[in-house]
Amino acid sequence: MSQREFIRQMPGQTGASLSPGLAVRLHLDPPLLVGLLLLMFGGLTVLYSAGGENMDLVVRQCIRFGAGLTVLFLLAQIPPRSYRFWAPVIYSIGLVLLVLVLVIGTEAKGAQRWLSIPGAGRFQPAEVMKLAVPAMVAWYFTERTLPPKLTDVIAALLLLGVPAMLIGLQPDLGTAILIAASGLVVLFMAGLSWRLIAVAVIIVVTAAPLMYFFVMHDYQRNRVDTFLNPEADPRGTGWNIIQSKTAIGSGGVNGKGWLDGTQSRLDFLPESSTDFILAVLSEEFGLVGVSILLMMYLVIVGRGFFISWQAQDTFARLLAASLVMTFFIYVFVNIGMVSGLLPVVGVPLPLISYGGTSVVTLLASFGMLMSIHTHRRLMSY
Amino acid sequence: MRRPLTLKDHHHEQRIFSVRLVVGVFLVLLLTGVLIGRMIWLQVIEHNRYTTLSDNNRVQTQAVAPPRGLITDRHGEILADNRPDFSLEIIIEQAGDLDQLLLELGELIELDEGDRERFEKRRRTARRPWEPVPLRGRLTEEEIARLVVNQHRLAGIRISADPIRHYPHGILFSHVLGYVNRINVQDLDAMTLDQQRNYAGTHFYGRSGIERFYEDTLHGEVGYRQVETNARGRILRVLEEQAPVPGKPLRLHLSMRVQQAAYDALGERRGAVVAIDPRDGSVLAFVSRPGFNPNLFVTGISYKDYSAYRNDHDNPLFNRALQGRYPPGSTIKPMYGLAGLDAGVTNWERTIFDPGYYQLENDPHRYRDWKRWGHGRVDLRLAVVQSCDTYFYDMGFKLGIERMHRYMNQFSLGQPTGIDLYNESSGIMPSKQWKKAARGRPWFHGDTINASIGQGFVLATPLQLANATAIMASHGKQVIPTLAGEHQPVERTDIILNDQDNWEKMTEAMVGVTQLGGTARAMASGAKYDIAAKSGTAQVFSVGQDETYNEDELAERLLDHALLVSFAPAEKPAIAVAVLVENGRHGGSTAGPVARQVMDAWLLDKEGELKVPPVFANTPATPPSNTADDDSDQEDRP
Repeated sequence: MSQREFIRQMPGQTGASLSPGLAVRLHLDPPLLVGLLLLMFGGLTVLYSAGGENMDLVVRQCIRFGAGLTVLFLLAQIPPRSYRFWAPVIYSIGLVLLVLVLVIGTEAKGAQRWLSIPGAGRFQPAEVMKLAVPAMVAWYFTERTLPPKLTDVIAALLLLGVPAMLIGLQPDLGTAILIAASGLVVLFMAGLSWRLIAVAVIIVVTAAPLMYFFVMHDYQRNRVDTFLNPEADPRGTGWNIIQSKTAIGSGGVNGKGWLDGTQSRLDFLPESSTDFILAVLSEEFGLVGVSILLMMYLVIVGRGFFISWQAQDTFARLLAASLVMTFFIYVFVNIGMVSGLLPVVGVPLPLISYGGTSVVTLLASFGMLMSIHTHRRLMSY
Repeated sequence: MRRPLTLKDHHHEQRIFSVRLVVGVFLVLLLTGVLIGRMIWLQVIEHNRYTTLSDNNRVQTQAVAPPRGLITDRHGEILADNRPDFSLEIIIEQAGDLDQLLLELGELIELDEGDRERFEKRRRTARRPWEPVPLRGRLTEEEIARLVVNQHRLAGIRISADPIRHYPHGILFSHVLGYVNRINVQDLDAMTLDQQRNYAGTHFYGRSGIERFYEDTLHGEVGYRQVETNARGRILRVLEEQAPVPGKPLRLHLSMRVQQAAYDALGERRGAVVAIDPRDGSVLAFVSRPGFNPNLFVTGISYKDYSAYRNDHDNPLFNRALQGRYPPGSTIKPMYGLAGLDAGVTNWERTIFDPGYYQLENDPHRYRDWKRWGHGRVDLRLAVVQSCDTYFYDMGFKLGIERMHRYMNQFSLGQPTGIDLYNESSGIMPSKQWKKAARGRPWFHGDTINASIGQGFVLATPLQLANATAIMASHGKQVIPTLAGEHQPVERTDIILNDQDNWEKMTEAMVGVTQLGGTARAMASGAKYDIAAKSGTAQVFSVGQDETYNEDELAERLLDHALLVSFAPAEKPAIAVAVLVENGRHGGSTAGPVARQVMDAWLLDKEGELKVPPVFANTPATPPSNTADDDSDQEDRP
């Protein structure tokens, strides 16, 4: 195909109808891209209502989506072996930045998460680590035989544990847990023995109360208390979760209709365009809307699993599986917390919540997934 | 240092991974199932509960206060109406840092200590969440503008326009109308549950006078409004409304014209005037001076104004007409005379010689007559006309305190008149039993002598004196003073004398008081009708036995109180007036002209001709206009 032909094919064509050949040339995965675009469009619709019909908010989110899609496109062009090659380097730089954050970071809302770069605004090194940690752990196991030996497990735990701890110190428990989870998923996919998994589960269950009493900050402890009994302070710390459950429950099966959710429209629901946007969606579109949303997530996750299954080497497989699982963990933790199943940790609903860096990071991870899928060498097993 | 690829079993690794992938898919499906299950629980099973919670969030039922009934005089002149007042309210839940907010508000508008204290008190009382708490009333237009401009940075403030009570004639009716002010916890606690429900939206409560006595009539019935509000309590729309039932208008028996005449006639002197129509008990004028501006009290009086009233030696907040207890002095003599006649201890022909004092047997104490050298030989008529003390010392001693007590009770002395106002003082009409109970001492003869000229233990309010005079004017038919048609229970019956002609004869003697030779002749000059009157002078303290009483040496506050009771026209009475002028010295010359002006205002028409004023039931009432637009240009102060 000459360049002229390529250009002639562009107008009026969406990602969905791109011919597989062109998509492969651009290193994009049409099913994944369509799924993401549909999700983003749905997200903007809900955001318009959640933000009180504030078009500004929607436009700013669109700009973020644009930035995220650009990053996605760029990352998709980079072959997986480059990720594998650069993984230790990026990871190391990330670690240094995390230490720097603790030393010279910018403080906001009682946590030190940002690095100010003169002339370029602020940036969260933790976002980089969301991608660098699974890549690093995957890199580590690519060099070893699987299933991992105990020493490899310990090494992997250190690789994911150190950045998680540094982020936990900021403190940003939500991100720390998610980053730890992304590394643990790699461990799991690499074939961590079931016996070790059982031991780990027992340790976590017994350690949780100890964490509560000795490690957690007061505000984190409050969140757990509120989770266990939101009615204890219905006008204070329990307010968010009570209002969120009320919004979801009052939505019923069919919802109150777009722009008609009283809980969010009348400002009873705080954080309605960010972490608690699912409550708005549930209130206005009901059980039907939530089910459709979950189906879309499942389609994306399913496609991600397919990509990881089709991946051609251990690094790509582990990385892809980890990115997909982490994406799903985001979804589960957010919906779980908004619906009162889990304590409130600051995890946005992927591609629906209004939010800055997390949108870009998420789309970047899908760029890496597409790279893995579109850089396969044709070979037969 | 790369390991040989052969050491890695790619197929084995792929198999491990595939198994884990299947487990991963299974986990994802399981957790998605958990989420769906949670959603079904919330949105299907618990749906109704959350719908209720959501509706409770946004839908509020608000009570709507009924407009308070207007008060008019007998001719429809508006005495109390409702006008919009702009006040600043705070929604505490919305305000965030309350101290900071108050600080900032203090820079924009004037907030004194009283405002802050009342606000603190109100915000601690039980209220619904998001219910605004008033901080300051009577905002000026400039203040409103300043608040509106800064509203965006003052979360939780609200400017509301509520109708508040307004008294167009201000001080003129202060002691009779009373006033309303903000309802408080004690008011609500004292109510039944039904009443509390009815006051759910009400901010004002009748605090004294007519406003208090007729609170139930004037208040009306609460209305309700269902509104949708957002989380900040802002009302977005009204869903349902049930209008309140306005309070009933109240037409008083008072006459604006008579009230004004009484008020003006007293002038700057301290005192009280009560005028009653003996034909139906209508209170025509009810004045106590000095008065106060009731409008200051409605939205909460400032500390400055309140302490000015409190510290005023003239005690403007004290209702002298209703609660001021004064020795009635000689004004009581005509009634004693009737009692003496009825009991048979004297008659019209009997005379005594008055040397200027009275002495009991075996007692050197001389009870002095006000006329040092005495009145000479006097009969009952002359004793009334010239107010001869010695005659009444003698007659009173013969009558005895128990009989005096019984007769005077029927004239409403020593017991409440039953007027439709709370906290009426019943004065004192002593008896042996009373003294034993109140003072713990036996009754002495001297006590009877003192009581015989309305001194000693005897105390009466100006209202009681006016009422007793009205009973006199109606020849013993009971009169219960009324301002708006109701009264408190009384235990008095019509007075029927053994010889009913004595009413007429005593009236004649009282007419003599206002004629040449009488003590109150000054008041009747040029009158177009006969006036029956009796003057009185009440000692503020007793003067020692042999001291000569030198008025000039006494401080003004120690001068005698001037009293006068009167009714007119003598043959067909249409008004009975009691006047008290504190430290006014002479009843006839000081209090008399006041009573005369009050009578003229009632009995003469605009051309100055004598008329027969219709009783209340026959008075055409121009119905009070509900809008009250026509008098909006009137000033607060008369």
